[in-house]
Amino acid sequence: MQKLIKNGSLTDNHWTILKVASGPEVLQAAPGKSFIVPLQFWKKYQDEIQDYNGNIAVWLDSDERPEQIGERLQKLQLIALNFPLFTDGRSYSNARELRQRFEFKGEIRAIGDVLRDQLYFMSRCGFDAFDLRQDQDPQLCLQAFSDFKTAYQSSIAEPDPLFRRR
Amino acid sequence: MYKYDGYDHQMLADRVVQFQDQTERFIAGKLSDAEFLPLRLQNGLYIQRLAPMLRVAVPYGMLSSVQLRKLAFIANHYDKGYAHFTTRQNIQFNWPNLEEVPELLGHLAEVEMHAIQTSGNCIRNTTTDQFAGVAVDELEDSRGYCEIIRQWSTFHPEFAFLPRKFKIAVCGTAVDQAATQVHDIGIYLVPGPEGEVGFRILAGGGLGRTPVIGQEIFEYIEKQHLLTALDAILRVYNREGRRDNKYKARIKILVRETGVEEFRNKVLKEWNLIKDSSLMLTEDEIQRCKSFFTDPAYRELENNPPQLTKYLDQDLLFTNWHQQNVHPHKIKGYAIVTVCFKETGVAPGDVTDIQLQQLAELADEHSFGEIRVSHKQNIVLADVPQDELYTLWKKLKSGAMATHNLGLLTDMICCPGGDFCALANAKSIPIAESIQRTFSDHEELKNIGEVNINISGCMNACGHHHVGNIGILGVDKKGEEFYQVSLGGSSKNSASLGKIIGPSFSQQQIPEVIEKIIAVYKTNREADEKFIDTYKRIGMDPFKEIVYAKAD
Repeated sequence: MQKLIKNGSLTDNHWTILKVASGPEVLQAAPGKSFIVPLQFWKKYQDEIQDYNGNIAVWLDSDERPEQIGERLQKLQLIALNFPLFTDGRSYSNARELRQRFEFKGEIRAIGDVLRDQLYFMSRCGFDAFDLRQDQDPQLCLQAFSDFKTAYQSSIAEPDPLFRRR
Repeated sequence: MYKYDGYDHQMLADRVVQFQDQTERFIAGKLSDAEFLPLRLQNGLYIQRLAPMLRVAVPYGMLSSVQLRKLAFIANHYDKGYAHFTTRQNIQFNWPNLEEVPELLGHLAEVEMHAIQTSGNCIRNTTTDQFAGVAVDELEDSRGYCEIIRQWSTFHPEFAFLPRKFKIAVCGTAVDQAATQVHDIGIYLVPGPEGEVGFRILAGGGLGRTPVIGQEIFEYIEKQHLLTALDAILRVYNREGRRDNKYKARIKILVRETGVEEFRNKVLKEWNLIKDSSLMLTEDEIQRCKSFFTDPAYRELENNPPQLTKYLDQDLLFTNWHQQNVHPHKIKGYAIVTVCFKETGVAPGDVTDIQLQQLAELADEHSFGEIRVSHKQNIVLADVPQDELYTLWKKLKSGAMATHNLGLLTDMICCPGGDFCALANAKSIPIAESIQRTFSDHEELKNIGEVNINISGCMNACGHHHVGNIGILGVDKKGEEFYQVSLGGSSKNSASLGKIIGPSFSQQQIPEVIEKIIAVYKTNREADEKFIDTYKRIGMDPFKEIVYAKAD
């Protein structure tokens, strides 16, 4: 079943998340694929990543920061931010920082404990792809983005807070 | 008062639908307990010892008579005829059914009320001085800024899952009645170098298990930077606040563990990145929010009119009430009236549906249709013409709302405690009642003068015991309820935290202990020195000596 929401609709997920920072042999064993690798892996195996003929993205855990990705951040087409638990709110700040401070234009994907009732907030912080937790009903989740018709704060789609628009 | 426009109404309507859907999914078993928990908490809904408890937001304590009537209706239809004013200027209902909560929220939305973010690990209701806008010592009315903060913090997408709850207070008066320094963020309106009013911002204050006075993060910032400064502090906290231990998760622990210098640097670094962003306030927005809090149509009146003074000469009870419960108003001929809900035998903060109705009528007749809730769980009628005070008092008296103990020993802050709250270690309401019974003579209370006793049933400190001149904390000792007494706390400008006097006491001992403490004060006080000042001068030892003296 499809569990990925991207830009407001269900879509196939081509990316494989590498959960633990194993060795670069993972890449050699699976040429031409798309991997989302942990930050440590990204930092440690830059050469192997450069040589790889597939796609590489990075995921940050909630205690890691975008600035740790380094100068190649802008070259990435996708950065995933993990929610170890849905109540861990740190990745919201990471998403905002990626969009606002780093002006990152690629995909920001929510991974981990990604549930229906947090999708609206995530999208307003700059997430545009959602790798839902296995038990989530994707159709039900699609409705989450219209939970609220308006908000006081700015968002990525709406750069002005309400007080500048009222 | 702030009036909702189409945007505000839309958000509230969407919220009601959203919570209805969440509740239905929970009841249908599609949402687990753990997943529903933060959702219901962010809607003010606790599952308590006896029944759910719903906490309704009263932004910075302001209520209209229309809203009061709606609250009376809710108390009557969904509760057992009671409501409870909290120390966060909010109001709680203790008996609603879970299934009925969405419907109840619909009723609240009709009068621009809700339960959004009254609980949970998010930014809570912003509080301020209950005399804002009418106080004689005010630099500037704080309520417009409270409203700006309310909007910024409502459904803030980045800060809905903080490490822990987060409380903000704003103070615009010379005498701090908002306990500003013991908030996660405390904001003072202050004159800047050029005399223009701006903000001084503290962070890391708080009560609870580890009471701390807030530390200065911004000595002075101009008004337009209010929200960017708050955003910067919250971002640092959201990322770096501890999430491994809920007892160490408040911002006060982060500030302490990081060190205030380093914490300030982190905030400034963040702030520099966003201070010129679209979040910078506009003069239009400041004026728009302030425009909801303009003066009502005051009449030209004289101070101390004969309709007041003649009764002050005649009626001793009225005079007592006038002395304690009536404060000077910035406008000539008007007065601020505090309706004290600390009748002996009634839990502090408890109010009946009938009293809510009566208050609504009194607000309409005597105070431009508005009331305020104070963090001391009392109600304020802020704009009463002095020549109507006697009439008002008589009406209050007939509704059992004319207790004249404001600021006196029996005007206690008290949490719901073990009678209602699942977190409590010990009961608190019976303690308050036993003290009130011991000190029942009004002349004696007046003689003792200003003392606040604050009572919490557990170390979460909802009764603010750390900042009570006398603080009482319920503790559990091998399954028995005991009470720890502290002295010297204050939430005023020279805020201080109480120190524990010694080993704890049983419930039966408490009234006697308080009597002894008061006796030491009376023996030692100089002239008309207040309890807190005597304590600061003579220290703990004389109190300790008498309280723990062995009987001969």
